[in-house]
Amino acid sequence: MFGSVVVPADGCHLLSGCGFPAPSADIFTWPVLASFHLFGIEFNITKPVVLLMLGAVMIMAFFLLAAAKPKLVPGRFQSLGELGYTFVRDQISREVIGKDGDKYVPLLVSLFFFVWVLNLFSIIPIAQFPVTSKFAFPVGLALMVWVTYMVLGMKKQGPIKFFTNMMFPPGLPKPIYLILAPIELLSNVFVRPFTLAVRLFANMFAGHLLLTIFSIGAWYLVSPSVVGALGATASLTMTIVLTGFEMFIQFLQAFIFTLLTAVYIGGSLHAEH
Amino acid sequence: MGSVTILASEGGNSPLLPPTDEIIIGLIAFFLIFFVLAKKAFPSIAKTLDARADAIEGGLERAAKAQEEATRTLVSYQAQLEQARTEAAEIRTSAQAQGAAIVEEARAKASEAAAAEAARAVAQISAERASVAASLQKEIGDLAITLAGKIVGESLADDAKARASVDRFLDELEAQAKQAQR
Repeated sequence: MFGSVVVPADGCHLLSGCGFPAPSADIFTWPVLASFHLFGIEFNITKPVVLLMLGAVMIMAFFLLAAAKPKLVPGRFQSLGELGYTFVRDQISREVIGKDGDKYVPLLVSLFFFVWVLNLFSIIPIAQFPVTSKFAFPVGLALMVWVTYMVLGMKKQGPIKFFTNMMFPPGLPKPIYLILAPIELLSNVFVRPFTLAVRLFANMFAGHLLLTIFSIGAWYLVSPSVVGALGATASLTMTIVLTGFEMFIQFLQAFIFTLLTAVYIGGSLHAEH
Repeated sequence: MGSVTILASEGGNSPLLPPTDEIIIGLIAFFLIFFVLAKKAFPSIAKTLDARADAIEGGLERAAKAQEEATRTLVSYQAQLEQARTEAAEIRTSAQAQGAAIVEEARAKASEAAAAEAARAVAQISAERASVAASLQKEIGDLAITLAGKIVGESLADDAKARASVDRFLDELEAQAKQAQR
């Protein structure tokens, strides 16, 4: 009816003749900006890597400035830094591990803010990409967490005791251990790092995909028609609503990642069950 | 978003295959943050937080101590005040007693003096009356003799008889006067 044969320069629209350009997993692949070889590994500098470095610098700058001139009666910036520190210490470390977890607070604070800032890039204009939706970064962090709690557990409980404590929690009927022991070993040693990495990655991956679909949808539906106008408005509204939702998810995932790390460290410090 | 379709998908770029270089870069970034902040920022923040907690706790302790001190002072003041009140009451009671004694003494002295004065006056009056009565008796005697002499026409002065009658008369007069006095 209104079909135009001319394809606009600004991409596909509802009535421009071409279909909806649905985003694929390709939106998580970025062009290589620079590349170098080191120890036989090819290092590719892409946008997520740039964002990662930027985030690391921002976190370091924030805490270094907040701790630069500590005063008993803090200024605004110092208060903010202390708030970040005490949030992780009181809500995660002391809640999960207890007072003897204070030694691990620097690790947990670094981890929480690292993950949170990398997640936050998802909704920051121009960046607009959650660095943690690149599987490699959650995998790296989960590996680090795994090594930490395995080494800590073997050091605190003894290299064999750590595994036996884990596999044979006391107070259960003997036959149960036949089933429980392998499950516990599998769950604590192999499943934990995997789920830790996948949970963060999948949440951020899906969130970014959702935001992309709705923003592309809004742009696609912009056209001189009732359906287009309504659809574009609805899609844009959804993009905004989902941006708010993502903001929450980004915080939540950073919190869960850090919380679970604290749980694993706590489990290694004292044999539980 | 136009760039979305332009991005070429390179072969084997599954989002589930983590490239080694990204794992290494991510870990480097994390450890950079961790080591720098654990060395430069977090100890300072932790120290400041502890110092502040100490200051607040110390302040609370000082306040509690001051409160205790104030309570102790108040109790001692109240005790002192009570003691002072008791003392004042004692002083008042003894002063009242003393005052009454002084008044009583003064009154006794005064009445004594008044009595003495009155006695003296009575004695003086009676002495004067006695002397007046004596002088009058003599004068009246003389007058009577003179009068009787004039009436009889001779002097009765040497007459012992006359003298006796005069004395009798005077005794009668005296008796009469005494009777009148009663």
